[in-house]
Amino acid sequence: MNIFVCVKQVPDTETKVTPNGDGTFIETSSIKWIMNPYDEFAVEQALLLKAANAGSTVTVVRVGSTQDTEALRTALAMGADEAVLVEGEDNLDSYMIAKALKGGIEKSGKTPDIIFTGKQAIDDDCLQVPQLLAQMLDMPSVSVVVGFESADGKVTLKREVEGGALEVYEVSTPVLVACNKGLNTPRYASLPGIMKAKKKPLQNFSLADVGVSADDRRLKYSNFQLPPEKPPGKKFDAMDEAKQAEVVAEVVQLLRNEAKVI
Amino acid sequence: MLNFELSQEQKEIQEMAMKFAKLEMIPKSAEYDQKGEMPMEILEKAWSLGLVNTCIPAEYGGTGFTTMDSMVITEALAYGCLGMNTAIMANDLALLPIVIGGNDEQKKKYLTPFTESYKIAAFCLTEPGNGSDAGGIKTTIKDGGDHWIVNGQKMWITNAGYADVFTLYGTIDPEMKHKGISALIIDKDTPGIEIGAPEKKMGHCCSDTRAVTFKDVKVPKENMLGKPGDGWAIAMKTLDHSRPMVAASAVGGAQCALDYANEYAKERIQFGKPIAGHQSIQFMLAEMAMKVEAARLLVYKSAWLIDQGQSNTKLASMAKAFSADSFMQVATDAVQIYGGYGYSKEYPVEKLMRDAKLIQIYEGTSQIQRLVIAKEVLK
Repeated sequence: MNIFVCVKQVPDTETKVTPNGDGTFIETSSIKWIMNPYDEFAVEQALLLKAANAGSTVTVVRVGSTQDTEALRTALAMGADEAVLVEGEDNLDSYMIAKALKGGIEKSGKTPDIIFTGKQAIDDDCLQVPQLLAQMLDMPSVSVVVGFESADGKVTLKREVEGGALEVYEVSTPVLVACNKGLNTPRYASLPGIMKAKKKPLQNFSLADVGVSADDRRLKYSNFQLPPEKPPGKKFDAMDEAKQAEVVAEVVQLLRNEAKVI
Repeated sequence: MLNFELSQEQKEIQEMAMKFAKLEMIPKSAEYDQKGEMPMEILEKAWSLGLVNTCIPAEYGGTGFTTMDSMVITEALAYGCLGMNTAIMANDLALLPIVIGGNDEQKKKYLTPFTESYKIAAFCLTEPGNGSDAGGIKTTIKDGGDHWIVNGQKMWITNAGYADVFTLYGTIDPEMKHKGISALIIDKDTPGIEIGAPEKKMGHCCSDTRAVTFKDVKVPKENMLGKPGDGWAIAMKTLDHSRPMVAASAVGGAQCALDYANEYAKERIQFGKPIAGHQSIQFMLAEMAMKVEAARLLVYKSAWLIDQGQSNTKLASMAKAFSADSFMQVATDAVQIYGGYGYSKEYPVEKLMRDAKLIQIYEGTSQIQRLVIAKEVLK
């Protein structure tokens, strides 16, 4: 079974993000990168599926810049067999990334039986790449997946819907599965895994190699700026019982006329 | 030529070990400290991820870490919990004599099983009457023909209640002093081994510490490391490796105390501003940070020397004494910065202060380290 996982490298959740000089993207020079947390569930599910299907391989694919390869190294250290990197800037839009992922998968020389992705990336939160990629590869996709079973060329997927209910899908492979928190518990990369990761094959391609050009851009980024600073909150002293009625009246008036929330 | 940066691989190892410390060890450290119970679930998980027995060479199934790599791992694990790290580190201390003084057969028989499942080892050197004066060992190893006969009592033995294997130092003749000291590998099931009750300690409460008594214990001839009288040299070489490791654990503990103090100083408001805004607290934090940084550099150098194949006896003792004393000071200051809350068991720095004290005592007291350093300086 050829199992693929698409991973994205995103700024560490504790990173203080700032716009770059011309406001066309965020400043990436001093960012600590991590694997998109939802992609960890995708890698784990791929490794579990591999363990249940002898002779399977897990190929991890990423599109992005090469300054740090944290996401791919982590996936290999967790146990993926090989990696494909399509080198491109970090500010590609969802369409370009999906097209580049498709190209990377095709260039790997393997035909995917199943592709796992995170349901979304925590940096831009576009939630588009899994569906775009599945469309381009002409395969079904199911997102927000929290349950996975596989047997005889079919997968049974559970996805969360409003109100905590679950939808159950039975889909024949090949299929793209976009994973959500709760699907599994991602393993740690073991120390021997980290040592072995260096020796695993990594194929590099450029955007041109996989047929992606500037013409593929659907979304132009501009005018990145920090949200306006929040004005300091107002404090009301209601400790003095005699003044409480007065304070409450003032708060209600402000909520109605100034904040306009009631 | 100088390079103070960890390699890419070491950074990854560090990140992984710190993740383990923060997600698996820290959340459980107070609980196990109070229960005074070996955290087997955590130790087994650490083993399964390759964090235990880092001294075992690749040809016997180990991961093939350098001494420097194991410093990075130890610092991270000690950041998580000193007691849990002691249980982990004691395995290395007990296995190092086999790595250093064992022959191929002994290594295959005793090191490789530690890479196949989680096993526990205990290092038996100290006796009720002999701690720093290790040359005065009273435990005897007598030639019984086709086996050795061991008699004596060992004290403060880490992991003793759980050990599968003991590495024991005894003497073939107390009159011979250092020259009589010899080292044996002893299986736990050998008749005549009596394990004492767990000691009640100030800190490192989740690690297991007991007395072990050997009464006419028959040990196969082939279980001696080297030949009779090689024990002292093996013990000294073991300490050259293990002291930097203990020093690394002090750096991990001190870094943890510094991080807690730093965080708290920014939150705690007195006189209308965070106490971090007061110069008296700033000076304390600066002093703590200096000590942690200097200790870490000594640890790295003492480990680097081993990896370069050079003698590190002086640096190992410098690293051990400086890191242990620094940790004690940093942990005490962390409690001071927390004030009344620091003295409470509800907050983490109280445990760090108790844990720090042991590092100044075990694996050669801070005073013994100074004797070693002075001897090297006066050479």
